[in-house]
Amino acid sequence: MNLYHYASPSTFYPLAGKLIPWFAALAFLLAIAGLYISFFVAPTDFQQGEGYRIIFIHVPAAWMSMFIYVVMAFWSAIGLAWNTRLSFVMARALAPTGAMFTFVALWTGAFWGKPMWGAWWVWDARLTSELILLFLYVGVMALQAAIDDPRRADRAGALLNLVGVINVPIIYFSVKWWNTLHQGSSVSLTRAPSMAQTMLWGMLIMALAAWMYTIAVALARARTLVLERERQTEWVRAQLEGQP
Amino acid sequence: MLKFLFTVIRRDVLLAGRRRGDWLTAQFFFVMVVSMFPLGIGPEPGMLRTIGPGVVWVAALLASLLSLDRLFADDYRDGTLEQMLLSPSPIALLTLGKAIAHWIINGIPLLLIAPLLGIQFNLPAEALWMLVLSLAIGTPILSLLGSIGAALTLGLRGGGALVTLLIMPLYVPALIFGAGAVEGVLSGTGSEAHLSLLGAFLMMSLLLAPWVSAMALRVSVE
Amino acid sequence: MIWNSWQVFWAMGGYGLYVWGSFGVTLLCVVAEVGLLRRHRLQVWRRLKRMKSWDIQ
Repeated sequence: MNLYHYASPSTFYPLAGKLIPWFAALAFLLAIAGLYISFFVAPTDFQQGEGYRIIFIHVPAAWMSMFIYVVMAFWSAIGLAWNTRLSFVMARALAPTGAMFTFVALWTGAFWGKPMWGAWWVWDARLTSELILLFLYVGVMALQAAIDDPRRADRAGALLNLVGVINVPIIYFSVKWWNTLHQGSSVSLTRAPSMAQTMLWGMLIMALAAWMYTIAVALARARTLVLERERQTEWVRAQLEGQP
Repeated sequence: MLKFLFTVIRRDVLLAGRRRGDWLTAQFFFVMVVSMFPLGIGPEPGMLRTIGPGVVWVAALLASLLSLDRLFADDYRDGTLEQMLLSPSPIALLTLGKAIAHWIINGIPLLLIAPLLGIQFNLPAEALWMLVLSLAIGTPILSLLGSIGAALTLGLRGGGALVTLLIMPLYVPALIFGAGAVEGVLSGTGSEAHLSLLGAFLMMSLLLAPWVSAMALRVSVE
Repeated sequence: MIWNSWQVFWAMGGYGLYVWGSFGVTLLCVVAEVGLLRRHRLQVWRRLKRMKSWDIQ
């Protein structure tokens, strides 16, 4: 199999167009199944009542927010090492979705924290690192938006992305350290030991749905980016004859 | 190699010496930001002592960011930077020299001013000493990581604000360990662990940051 | 089935605001992202088409 064949924008564009509906359908079905488990199968928590059902989106969103950042760094590294334009496009297409999931994780964290901790915002280690992750996403997106030349924007964003991904574990460790020193809250959002099997399944299926959604949305965004960048080529001109 | 490094440092320090106005701006910015906090919060001594280390550290971050956008910009505008990139010496040495010069120009004065500001915040003598020590280990990190941001945003509109956005999250560990070390003295829990972690972060920045900002420079200038 | 009626379901044992506030905003974010993406794509498409028609003239 020739990887370079798939790395060429003219092959990628129609292929992505064919794949997007499948991933979108998968995301939809998985989300339905996940929501069914979260509301109709998972039992009421004896400690937190029905309020705990928020974790069925909070935890998958938090997973995805970190995972997407790492995947972005992966594409950035590939792009910088082999100079493949499509890798940069993928890294760039993932950023807004990653930022969206980070925001959702923060928002649901606040809505979980209000009834459980009595405050919308607590400087808990996880919430704080998630907030800094959002800042990192915003930084990459702001840098790419500020540079007009796409070649430079790609590379600059990729470098910042790589610096960020090296820093994320250090930031997480330092925030955790800071939190324990300042007597952080003893309740944590994810409670691994007492978690029932069905809860875990619900979270996993929701995470899979979020994953499929991310692939569909990122491919769609990458397609538009490719279209814009390759506007001078023959194949894009041929594409424009059809429907969007 | 070393000669090249020293030339870069000497040149930048000399240039900064000729433009003392710019240099003083960053120092006075530091002093003023710190002095605003008691005005905003109230002069209660116990409260000031608690927030003192954090306030001085945050102000140090801001002051370092303020002076960053000119790190490469002046040389870029008059074309010197391109000549330097064409020279046979490794670019990482150039960025390392620039970062060291930035620390000498902006970091060392902060170390000298910080104890005075600490007194304003009612910090005891050991805490003042620790504040200077933690800033001495921490401010080079600020200059090193900052050089990456300065290289990435070279020649962009609104570069100054953009650098802040990119680099501030990366400063978080330095802030936590640095302010935590002073905090450790105040609360009596000790600060060795904080200082060694800060030192480790400095070593890592020293090893990686010059290379990354060299790559960033090449991306920005080409 | 663990819910006796729809009313009990929407109330979420007193946590209704928090649970539906979380799920609602998530849904809103997803819908907004997909909507913005579609709008942007159509804009790009129209612009490129216009540019192409200028080239031909």
